[in-house]
Amino acid sequence: MKITSSFMKASLAAVLATSVAFPAFAETPKDTFVIARNTADAITLDPAECFEFTGGRIVANLYERLFLFEPDNLTKLVGGIAESYEFSDDGKVITVKLRPGLTFHSGNPVTAQDVAYSLGRAVKLDKTPAFIIKQIGWTADNVDEAVVAVDDQTVQINILADMSPALVLNLLSSGVASIVDMKEVQKHEVDGDMGYAWLKDHSAGSGPYKLKTWKANELVMLDAFSDYRHGEPEMKRVVIRHVAEPSAQRLLLEKGDVDAAMELTADQLKGLAGNSDVSAEQYPKGYLMYMATNMDHPVLSKPEVREALNYIVDYDGMVGSILDGQYKIHQNFWPSGMWAASTDNPYNQNMEKAKSLIADAGIEPGTKITIDTLNKSPFKEVAQSIQASLNEVGIDSEIILSDGKTLWPKYRARKHELIVARWGPDYSDPHSNADAFAHNPDNRFEAKLTGKLTWRNAWSADGLTELTNQAAAESDPEKRASIYAELQQKVREDSPFTIMFQAIGTFGQRANVDGFVNGVTSDQAYYRTVTK
Amino acid sequence: MMSDTTSRQNTGLIAWLLADFPQNAFQAKCQRAYIGWLSFKTNPIAMFGLIIVTFLCLVALFAPWIAGGDGDTQDLANRLAAPSAEHWFGTDELGRDVFARIVWGSRVTLYIIFLVSIIVMPVGLIIGTASGLFGGVVDKVLMRITDIFLAFPRLILALAFVAVLGPGLENAVLAIALTTWSPYARLARAETLTLRSSEYIMAAEIMGASKARVLFAHIMPMCMSSTIVRLTLDMAGIILTAAGLGFLGLGAQPPLAEWGAMIATGRDFLLDQWWVPTIPGIAILVVSLGFNLLGDGLRDVLDPRSSGGQ
Amino acid sequence: MTDSSTVQNASVDFKPYVNVARTIGGGVVMLILTFIGLTAITFIIGRIMPNDPVVAIVGDRASKEVYEAMYFQLGLDKPIWQQYLIFLNNVLHGDFGNSVMTTRPVIEDIKRFFPATLELATIATLVGIIIGIPAGVLAAVRQGKLIDHFVRIVGLLGHSIPIFWLGMVALLVFYAKLDWVAGPGRIDFFYDGIVEPFTGVILIDAALERQWDVFHNALSHVILPASMLAIYSLAYIARMTRSFMLDQLNQEYVLTARVKGLNEGAVIWHHAFRNVLVQLITIIGLTYASLLEGSVLTETVFAWPGIGQYITNSLFNADMNAVIGGTLVVGLSFVFINMLSDILYRIVDPRAK
Repeated sequence: MKITSSFMKASLAAVLATSVAFPAFAETPKDTFVIARNTADAITLDPAECFEFTGGRIVANLYERLFLFEPDNLTKLVGGIAESYEFSDDGKVITVKLRPGLTFHSGNPVTAQDVAYSLGRAVKLDKTPAFIIKQIGWTADNVDEAVVAVDDQTVQINILADMSPALVLNLLSSGVASIVDMKEVQKHEVDGDMGYAWLKDHSAGSGPYKLKTWKANELVMLDAFSDYRHGEPEMKRVVIRHVAEPSAQRLLLEKGDVDAAMELTADQLKGLAGNSDVSAEQYPKGYLMYMATNMDHPVLSKPEVREALNYIVDYDGMVGSILDGQYKIHQNFWPSGMWAASTDNPYNQNMEKAKSLIADAGIEPGTKITIDTLNKSPFKEVAQSIQASLNEVGIDSEIILSDGKTLWPKYRARKHELIVARWGPDYSDPHSNADAFAHNPDNRFEAKLTGKLTWRNAWSADGLTELTNQAAAESDPEKRASIYAELQQKVREDSPFTIMFQAIGTFGQRANVDGFVNGVTSDQAYYRTVTK
Repeated sequence: MMSDTTSRQNTGLIAWLLADFPQNAFQAKCQRAYIGWLSFKTNPIAMFGLIIVTFLCLVALFAPWIAGGDGDTQDLANRLAAPSAEHWFGTDELGRDVFARIVWGSRVTLYIIFLVSIIVMPVGLIIGTASGLFGGVVDKVLMRITDIFLAFPRLILALAFVAVLGPGLENAVLAIALTTWSPYARLARAETLTLRSSEYIMAAEIMGASKARVLFAHIMPMCMSSTIVRLTLDMAGIILTAAGLGFLGLGAQPPLAEWGAMIATGRDFLLDQWWVPTIPGIAILVVSLGFNLLGDGLRDVLDPRSSGGQ
Repeated sequence: MTDSSTVQNASVDFKPYVNVARTIGGGVVMLILTFIGLTAITFIIGRIMPNDPVVAIVGDRASKEVYEAMYFQLGLDKPIWQQYLIFLNNVLHGDFGNSVMTTRPVIEDIKRFFPATLELATIATLVGIIIGIPAGVLAAVRQGKLIDHFVRIVGLLGHSIPIFWLGMVALLVFYAKLDWVAGPGRIDFFYDGIVEPFTGVILIDAALERQWDVFHNALSHVILPASMLAIYSLAYIARMTRSFMLDQLNQEYVLTARVKGLNEGAVIWHHAFRNVLVQLITIIGLTYASLLEGSVLTETVFAWPGIGQYITNSLFNADMNAVIGGTLVVGLSFVFINMLSDILYRIVDPRAK
């Protein structure tokens, strides 16, 4: 007994010693903004290649573009590096004047040559996001003639495809059209790679921040750029910490070890209510959560079944519970809050109607299908809700949870049956999503148009493809808007897609943080306006 | 406890089990087992383990009656409800009754144990006994392979296997089995080596029994008991590995009520709704503790030396 | 190191040393065979992974030409055995290829992540030794007493707790509620990069440069995850120490010593424990090796940038080179530590066959 108690005393003492040795920790430094985020998706910070959410947000703070959105108005496209522009009469040429006196982080002036080099570089490197500006008709062979530096301050941009110039301005506001420091990049060129190897984890831009360090899956550190055109940002340093677990993010936030946590679940945000040191924030977001059916599937491709799927979703139930505060009902392919977005949401859960449609289609009770989705909240919960509803109408389903890197290749190989997935616009023009949801020039498997959701679901989008082309080429904004309205309605009524929800951006931040602006597209995140 | 009343009489079966001179090998074996049981009974820790494991089996067997629901019924309006008279362990993020899911989860746990056992035991036994019996090149090759598998980092290899096979309960089990069989082969080989020189094996060989017959009819049954003990001791590890794979999202897929996966989805709620991840954690703890206690007691009985005897 | 009372023959006998040499030789052969086995299996796993390795590198919007160029560059057109030989050759040169995820050579990543795991496993093993051995000895000496049952139950508990679950709970209690330790991660970022990564183990690097702030911060980060792992090592070491000690205490020489009237402490520590020490080395080696790989789940819970998290992350990102490289390195250190403790065991105790 004596030994036991002394043993206990010793362990108690050890525990107490620990408590004395490690007292509470200080808050984050006053001029440093620390963000907790799952950065596992970041693979490059080269604007010509970067197409991931985390990378996109960082690149947006490292580089500027000809046209961009400022934090004070996230829906109004304004000049970034460009001071003014002019369309030619035939709408085929845009002449852009650059702002005078801008410099890159290196101190080099921002010139028209840099613009021509940057756009040419993106097209020639031909990485994942290059398709965005290649739509303008540019190829590696013609881009040098298409984008020309007339003098140091003037760039001439030729539109080689049948496309309205307004759409081109939007395309040029995407991350892939970021302007890099030509002289700096060329300094680090290896074997004519246009600085590809170097720019992956270095920065050569003119944005408010420059890259200090990037340790993959650990942290990204940005330092303020003192000569930034809007003045040096208040936060001298921005740190993005890789924290995969939402629960760990929340702990860090509540303890003051980070200033903002980007991936808190709806329930966790609600849990923050009791803590006055932190607040739950919202912003408009462009992601859509949708369900899609593989048109090669004998059962799911039937029009009645696809229509029934519109009725089985417990829209209100989910928005009122698992999606509370994170998603709202939205049944169109272009997110609300954007120009030309339809806000008609005609479908409600109606199990009777769904049952009769399934019966009309002649589906045997007990038919088995699989549901693929992402292995994270709220996708797995939504999938389970859909699974339960399907069960009610006599369809047995098995859920397959995967991480993105497993799920997307499967989707792109058309190996799914029913999938619950998300989609975010690549740039702020409805063409971005119309191209994905309503455009499929070649439905053959060999065509491998894997960037289009239509193709992934083996849907030929007859009639809609032509309509999408027509909308892209239309220069009258009103006519364009009416074509997009028609497209959205058609996709809603007869397509492999049941678009269900639109995300509401949420994050938690410390109460003393102000001015952290986030926007609809994935790369709208502004660190330079943050104050503490 | 029940046998206490019967053992006093020492008649019939008990007398047969306690006879001084067993009539045949079968009786001798039964006697060994019975005497082992008598000593096992006196070990409170081991008995506690047995009770837990029996309890697990009963819960699994009568799950439909105990659970009071299928554990998959969602009630979004009543999600994350705290433990109450209606929901003993509260409800989870989809409003499912945590108690019902824990009860149904016992079946999943038993299923994992069953699957791993029926893969690991035969594979380990066949490789080990064959290696011991045939010797020579067969032995060398088989044991080198076994040693290589023994040297592998198990969890990481299981992860890699699941990555190839795809996530899912059966695949997780297969991955665990693939990385678990090697110690059993070693164990069976060692036993075979001692058995091979024993008289009755020699007798069987002289009588003209084929190698295969010796292997399957004489050696393998003799290796069973040590294999089972070892398996019982490993059970907790297997359960924990399966739960770990479930936790990483590589094991059981929803809506299957696997405890590890329940912790994984529940971890986001630890701060505000502690019961969601805590209850399945305790369930895993209790069951693996049960197997550990049972295995420990079994080893005391069958191999008193290893724990110094009582 | 051997105890005088157990060594019967004092004359010099070279046979044990020949055996040691043979053991080392056998160990090397085993190491090579295991290496081939490990590389073969990881290679096969990499090749039948459901993800397309080419797409993982070039992205899914890449044109056919870009795709094919990468396909040939990776040597995927060659027969499978040739691919394996190329792979083996690269591995022998320390070239595991580039990680898709971090865009750097895998070997560089491993150099960065592996020390973090080593740090965790080493501290956990040390804690296991410091607490586990005395506890085990105590339990054996007081066999059947309360302390024995206590140690035994704690030992069994340590083998029954899902560490990833306990880690979550511990984080909540000790970090969030009580504020005793630092949170997830290895070091707070404002201490990051102060010390040169000389060994890669922050605690050692900080101590070498006398950066006690950094040391303190790193220590407060490591203490909780290391404790979680230590529960496992402690349980195992205590349990094995107890059973080895019991073995010794029942031996005749212990009785003799006691009869001779030697004091109990001397009997336990000078006689019995000395003989146990040799066996303990193997156990500690085994524990250490299993902690190296067993830290995967702990690293996930504590956002610890170690090799286990690196491998799981790579796995989810279909980053084959990283998975293969990481698995190989952990596997090899696993084998290496086991072999080392085996050899050590035979050197310390030449009686072992």
